[in-house]
Amino acid sequence: MTKLTVTERQIGLIICLVVAAIGLAMAAAGRGEPFGVQGFTVLLLALALSGFIIARWDAPPPDRSLLEHYYDDPTKVGIVLTMFWAVIAMFVGVWVAALLAWPELTFDAAWASFGRLRPVHTSGVIFGFGGNALIATSFHVLQRTSRARLPDQLSPWFVLIGYNLFCIVAASGYLLGITQSKEYAEPEWYADLWLVIVWIVYFLIFVRTLARRKEPHIYVANWYYMAFILVVAILHIVNNLAVPISFGSAKSYSAFSGVQDAMTQWWYGHNAVAFFLTSGFLGMMYYYLPKRAGRPIFSYPLSLISFWGITFMYMWAGSHHLHYTALPQWVQTLGMTFSLVLLVPSWASAGNALATLNGAWHKVRDDATLRFMMVAAVFYGLSTFEGSFMAIRAVNSVSHYTDWTIGHVHGGALGWVAMITFGSIYALVPWMWKRPAIYSPKLVEVHFWLALSGTIVYVFSMWNSGIIQGLMWRTYNENGTLAYSFLDTVEAMHPYYIARTFGGLLFLLGAIVGTYNVLMTIRQARLERGVEAGGEVDLPLGRPAALPGE
Amino acid sequence: MDVGRRDPVTGRTTTGHEWNGIEELNTPVPKVVLFFLAIGALFCLGYWLLMPAWPLGSTYTKGLLGNDQRRIVDQEVATAKAQRAAWLDKIQALDFAAIKSDPVLMQDVTKAGHVLFSDNCAACHGIKATGGPGFPDLTAKSWLWGGEPEKIAETIGIGINSTNDDTRVSQMLAFGRDGILDRQKITDVVAYVRSLSMPDAGSAESIEAGREVFAGNCVACHGKDAKGMHEQGAPDLTDSHWIYGGTLQDVYSTVYSGRQGHMPNWNARLTPAEIKLLALYVGQLGQAK
Repeated sequence: MTKLTVTERQIGLIICLVVAAIGLAMAAAGRGEPFGVQGFTVLLLALALSGFIIARWDAPPPDRSLLEHYYDDPTKVGIVLTMFWAVIAMFVGVWVAALLAWPELTFDAAWASFGRLRPVHTSGVIFGFGGNALIATSFHVLQRTSRARLPDQLSPWFVLIGYNLFCIVAASGYLLGITQSKEYAEPEWYADLWLVIVWIVYFLIFVRTLARRKEPHIYVANWYYMAFILVVAILHIVNNLAVPISFGSAKSYSAFSGVQDAMTQWWYGHNAVAFFLTSGFLGMMYYYLPKRAGRPIFSYPLSLISFWGITFMYMWAGSHHLHYTALPQWVQTLGMTFSLVLLVPSWASAGNALATLNGAWHKVRDDATLRFMMVAAVFYGLSTFEGSFMAIRAVNSVSHYTDWTIGHVHGGALGWVAMITFGSIYALVPWMWKRPAIYSPKLVEVHFWLALSGTIVYVFSMWNSGIIQGLMWRTYNENGTLAYSFLDTVEAMHPYYIARTFGGLLFLLGAIVGTYNVLMTIRQARLERGVEAGGEVDLPLGRPAALPGE
Repeated sequence: MDVGRRDPVTGRTTTGHEWNGIEELNTPVPKVVLFFLAIGALFCLGYWLLMPAWPLGSTYTKGLLGNDQRRIVDQEVATAKAQRAAWLDKIQALDFAAIKSDPVLMQDVTKAGHVLFSDNCAACHGIKATGGPGFPDLTAKSWLWGGEPEKIAETIGIGINSTNDDTRVSQMLAFGRDGILDRQKITDVVAYVRSLSMPDAGSAESIEAGREVFAGNCVACHGKDAKGMHEQGAPDLTDSHWIYGGTLQDVYSTVYSGRQGHMPNWNARLTPAEIKLLALYVGQLGQAK
């Protein structure tokens, strides 16, 4: 924060005070209701941040030499936040998994019921863990591949902190029972509006930095990051169109109803998978994998057709979530056919990543960090194959509403999203804190095997559970009645729910080991401050920016 | 496109661009990718031609196969209904004795009854029908309202203390809370009642005193022999089956505060044939034991 110019400190303080005032208004309007608690949360966080800025008010302003370096402080904080969210959200994940096997673990508390904890897990891992990882790495990759410093120092902080405010308001709101009941879009109207503001600033940072880039071409990673930011903005705005019942209440009503609502929701839901969990993390992979492997990307033309294939075809795929429903059949047909062809650019991306490793496979063997990224690309390939397969209507008639879907999602989320993130973070942390290597490469190895075994246990138990469930639901006696009751299927799931909890627990342990490793690396860097022990050798910055307020 | 350096590992040239040390090879798109893209495009065209696919204003292309998911599901529902009607109609028409004497029909009862029971009854009575605190064990053959299929069907249909006008009604009075009996008398009657099904339920004097209390207060519903009355829904106190628990504490609390169980009337939800089927299914649960 001492690197902020005086003008930036002033604007930052004003923003904090405005947010605090909004929080106060919410707290007053929602007295005695969950909405008021949300207001207090906003008020307290905004005041704490104001205090933080005021405490550094008189620090000497930074000099111009600052502009000769990349601006990495938000990335560093973002990395730590990523790991914290990972541990918290994966812990809640293990808890809700255990709840399905041992329902008494809800302790008769409303806030600890499955329906409230589950979105804390999903939003926590997708938005808390995944989102922070994307923001932190995108700032790093954007500057390095553009050879341009971030346009100013305040807006990246606004994006990072504002985004985390959204995550905290969302997660605490779920525990209070606030939700608009749209999967992966549970936060209510005020949180949604705030995210729109944050997201526009995020987009502008990208555009402003790219406009000042020194490199003649825009690197593939930035295409993917830009697609992620742009499309998520569109999805978020459209799916969350709603009318609040009053400005003093958390409740709102969606602009859509019936099958239109379902279609909008799953157009959003599937593209959240596409543009948040795929496109953004492909951006990550396109920088850290070749960098760590020390190899050129296998094929630029392949990147090109993969990118446009993925961005074009994903847009159509959402209706495969609504096979055999009130949704007109022609919409289902389009969703299914585009989902199937989507496999080609998806595998082309995974193949491009794996072929990039040609000439570096010995590094994959020896370096768990690179192995994380390699395995991520493999799981990306497996999950996209499974996804296309499940989009076929006949297959979907077995898999839909079963645990198979949960297994599929976790194959992607644990195997692809989390693995590429951990790999990238292990590569990035020593570069950011100027260390020759991570605190303990051994612990990276431990994390890798915990993560891989956890993913495999999880996915296999859900495949078993889901397919058994799907078949039991559709088995008839010869007299035309169902062979199994719903309870029979629940009993059959029980052993798999225990196995799944165990798999999730292994994955959580890995995340805890990883967090420890990252924090110890930072601690080491602090203990040996001033000793530039190593790290990434970056190309020098291009055109310097101007400090705001000069 | 710019041609950069040649990569020694693959022999390919790079595009000549570099981003902080990252380069890209100019490897052409592998033929297999183009092949599968072409296959995918052909598949889409074929599928769109055959199935409902593209919107045309207020209608859509219907496809050459004439596939229509609504029509298909209607047909499948009708087929399944006809399949079930083959034996369900017999259940509806025949009386209980006739159904019971038809072993083939009883097989259908057992299969369909299991699912009907688990989906509707197991939430309270348990998946094995063994009940739990407050919910009777249906395998114990200790029937509150009678164990003949006709009686069971009636209980299922109108419920117990339900919102149905014809509901079965029963209530165990709160002898302690409402001041009918003092604590000593309750202790005695509890000792007596428990002594009917278990030894060492209390001292001989207490049990003897309890017999007096029972004769004066309980026989109207539970009968002189304490074997209960189906007309009142009063349980048999001489068997080892307890709805609300048989410990000293449980029975004391039952006598002190009274009990009034509740069972919904299922005639609002299940068809007469389904209720009949469930009555037969539940009736034979105890026999299997």
